Amino acid sequence: MHIVIIGNGVAGITAARHIRKLSPASRTGGDHKITVVSGETDHFFSRTALMYIYMGHMRFEDTKPYEDWFWEKNRIELVRGHVKIVETESRRLLFEDGKTLTFDQLLIATGSKSNKFGWPGQDLEGVQGLYHYQDLESMELHSAGLRRAVIVGGGLIGIEMAEMFHSRHIPVTFLVREKNFWDPVLPLEEAQMINRHILENGIDLRLETELKEILPDTNGKARAVVTNKGETIECGFVGLTVGVSPNVDFLKDSGIELGRGILVDDYLETNIPGIFAAGDCVQLRNPQPGRRPIEAVWYTGRMMGETAAYNIVNSRQSAVGSQGRSIPYDPGTWFNSAKFFDIEYQVYGTVLANPPENHASLYWEHPDGRHSIRLIYDRKTGSILGFNLMGVRYRHEVCEKWLRMGTHIEEVLQNLGIANFDPEFYKQYEADLLALYNRQSGRNLTLKKRRGLAGAMAFLRA
Amino acid sequence: MKIIQKTGLALFIISLLIFLLANGLDGYRLTSENLGVGNEFHKKEILGTAQASGMLDKTYGSSFSFNADLKNAMHTAQQSLDEKAKQGLPEGVGEWDYRLGDWAMKDYALQTTKLSATGPVASHPLLFLLLTFGLGILGGLLYILPKFSGLPGIKNNHIYHSPMTRGLKVGLRGAFLATTIVGVLVWGMFYMGGGWLWSLLTVIVGSFIAWRVLIKEKSKEEQPARSASPGITGWLGVLTGVLLIGFYLLLYWAPQHITGWMRIVDPVSRALSGNGASQWFLYGLLYTVVVLVMGIRMMAKYRHNKYQLVRTGSVMFFQTAFAFLLPEIMVRLNQPYYDFKNIWPLNYSFFFDYNLNNLINGGGLGIFMLVWGIVLIVVGVPVITYFFGKRWYCSWVCGCGGLAETLGDPYRQLSDKSLRAWKYERWIIHAVLAFAVVMTLLVLYTYFTGSQNVLFLSSDTVRTWYGFLIGSAFAGVVGTGFYPLMGNRVWCRFGCPLAAYLGLVQRFKSRFRITVNGGQCISCGNCSTYCEMGIDVRAYAQKGQDIVRSSCVGCGVCSAVCPRGVLRLENNASDVHERASDLRVIHIKNGELKMEN
Repeated sequence: MHIVIIGNGVAGITAARHIRKLSPASRTGGDHKITVVSGETDHFFSRTALMYIYMGHMRFEDTKPYEDWFWEKNRIELVRGHVKIVETESRRLLFEDGKTLTFDQLLIATGSKSNKFGWPGQDLEGVQGLYHYQDLESMELHSAGLRRAVIVGGGLIGIEMAEMFHSRHIPVTFLVREKNFWDPVLPLEEAQMINRHILENGIDLRLETELKEILPDTNGKARAVVTNKGETIECGFVGLTVGVSPNVDFLKDSGIELGRGILVDDYLETNIPGIFAAGDCVQLRNPQPGRRPIEAVWYTGRMMGETAAYNIVNSRQSAVGSQGRSIPYDPGTWFNSAKFFDIEYQVYGTVLANPPENHASLYWEHPDGRHSIRLIYDRKTGSILGFNLMGVRYRHEVCEKWLRMGTHIEEVLQNLGIANFDPEFYKQYEADLLALYNRQSGRNLTLKKRRGLAGAMAFLRA
Repeated sequence: MKIIQKTGLALFIISLLIFLLANGLDGYRLTSENLGVGNEFHKKEILGTAQASGMLDKTYGSSFSFNADLKNAMHTAQQSLDEKAKQGLPEGVGEWDYRLGDWAMKDYALQTTKLSATGPVASHPLLFLLLTFGLGILGGLLYILPKFSGLPGIKNNHIYHSPMTRGLKVGLRGAFLATTIVGVLVWGMFYMGGGWLWSLLTVIVGSFIAWRVLIKEKSKEEQPARSASPGITGWLGVLTGVLLIGFYLLLYWAPQHITGWMRIVDPVSRALSGNGASQWFLYGLLYTVVVLVMGIRMMAKYRHNKYQLVRTGSVMFFQTAFAFLLPEIMVRLNQPYYDFKNIWPLNYSFFFDYNLNNLINGGGLGIFMLVWGIVLIVVGVPVITYFFGKRWYCSWVCGCGGLAETLGDPYRQLSDKSLRAWKYERWIIHAVLAFAVVMTLLVLYTYFTGSQNVLFLSSDTVRTWYGFLIGSAFAGVVGTGFYPLMGNRVWCRFGCPLAAYLGLVQRFKSRFRITVNGGQCISCGNCSTYCEMGIDVRAYAQKGQDIVRSSCVGCGVCSAVCPRGVLRLENNASDVHERASDLRVIHIKNGELKMEN
């Protein structure tokens, strides 16, 4: 049984590791041969850490979660190359360099590619996104002597890129189409907090400004951008960070059914038996209520990789796993996190930029304007729906349990201390948040639990 | 702001250059007044031979030429006294009060060199104190204080771009390490009076450990091992390492060549204890000043993080008050010199006869110090470590830890995170602990029975070798000299026997652990990179596995640098067996679907 995985990102590698765990060589009935194909790098690295290499916090080596000998020891074969064609009939991969590789089962985990929306000049030299290791190399190349960078798109990659150039004292102009940074996702106050933080870091933030075109110099290199407000901004680099989309172009004629991404069922299997997909490149046929069919984040990639591993080992195609059973993909309660310059962000559950009528919100912000806590709850039932945190850390498991149980906001508020995950000696803001609630609601609740693992554990065990 | 910082840096470099130069500025002239010898027999004899050789009243340009002649004079005196002793000692005089021993000669050389100095430093110590320590502190603060004005947050930009902090190539690192080991072992043969036995024993133990790790534990197959610094070398870091190593070599084994520096700090020593400065006072003052100035830097860097502020304040306080000032003040009050926070077996001389006698004869306070020291070992370490982990000592109180967390902070990323390094670490540090225990038992045996030899081992020789190999070479030369080469906790991680003891308690009987926040880890590697103990924190974090490791000193930097708020230091052991188990997976358990909880 030869399992081939295309893509050595978190989804592909998590799958490879779990397949190996589920089928150790000693198990009777045969071993799985695992091959991971990547056109990007020899070894798995953390894509989310690319920015830290550029800023000099880490070297590329440090972003690799496993030592290089790990793969051979665990008999995971690594192949470097770009897959051009997937032949589903003959179960064969054709590489760009003409080589071939046959498989019994296939996992496609090819991730995303940076979006481009047809702007004039978008393919000039010095215009790029930030997703692949090669993008980092190209950024490094263009940084030498760079006088100004323009970044287009107010999302997570955009602000990362801004921080990267800022670390090298390269002036940045940051074009954001919306009224505030990342405001399709962040509630207004949090979005405004990040606006302020971007500005206090000396970034030239231009809200409600769109890119019209990129102008070339005589060598075909980006020279300036023109905005929708008619302004021309001189720059030697243009970062296009307007989202990503599934990297699936090479599958167009393969017979694998595609939407925007690779369409998979609840078990992450495509329309072709024995061919699975995981991670950013996936489009779920039946996403859970409230969830999007394509969720290009690290965490869902990891969960899909793990789920895919079980289903590959236990699938009809597999000789060994007949005693096992298939496991549907369940991403659980939504969570995410990021860091905007110096402000950490965590979200648990449903926190919407444009909430429906039944979403009530309790928002507390520290006078320093760099810390905030927002609880979202159902206006009628009082059930907790979401946590949105800036500069404050909360316990994932505690928040998730409250969300899953639909705990009443007042119950949550009185026990909120057990969710606090900030380091020792940090000031605890739960009492401030509760006082705010009391003022707004006329209630007189008191904080029952303060920060501490014992309380959190007791709650999780109960 | 940039200009202030650049000025500060320039002032600091000038002060460093003056400091380096100041040690060589003076000339040396031996007169009958400045021979640093108290013993009248020795004094008379050495003066006689010095006069005969024409050394007396001659001015030497350097401590090296001065000491060469002084050594000859003392050797001649030694032989002459030996001859005379054979014909019978004077009435009522002990043998070694009459004969001249090698150990006495080392001390005489140091004292005499210091007293014989003539020149600008000897005549204007205060001026040089200001030009070195004063200017250095001023420059350092001018460089550091502006850092308080930036936005608070993690400041690790360009650490791997800087030639000071990016480490060195593995091959070069290995060459440094090999040269140091060979150098120490060869020097050790001279140190032990020409015997190769102890160096050989050390080589045998070392080879056993290498065989265990590489062959038996199969680390040789783990190629290529993740290394601290694969392909780059920071020349400034290498230069700094060489400077530090050179300083420690002189401090431990050739203090007669750094009397210029002792002269500079003489005024401070006299003000505190009333005595002139020894090499240890020089070291203590330098150490404390460095911990304080670099402590302020640490606070500037982590001023958004209250744990780091409190912890740094703590190491600065314990170094200044307990390690530096209090012992000096006690000497002034005619009490025994004692550092209340230094615990055996890090304080390996605690059970040495001279220390025990000193404490026992030191009156009520001396006895209290003795009892306090023992209670710390037997009760203090296990109980406090049970509640808070070894961090209460290693990153809050300890002097070695204090230097590592302040001066060493810029180098924390250079610790080796490979599995192989961890395997070496476990063998080496526990071997040192075993060595410390055996050495101390032998010393105590001799103390209580008066018998020098146990089987074929002389407790005196064992203790001398321990002091040389572990106390000086490992803790000092490698421990601090290798900051810019192998990270700031080389000693604490691979060598400190107290850390090994604390670590055993922490690993098997402590409430301390680092918890991982659900599934929020993005495997970025900041935690592992900035772990000074070389723990691959990410390996745990990405599995959602709580971290219980004997080596963790609880500095809290992994938690601080995590961009996603994943790690937290905790003093609570509930559910630890389940949560720290390496079978804990993130998402699916036993084929069942499991929520992330």
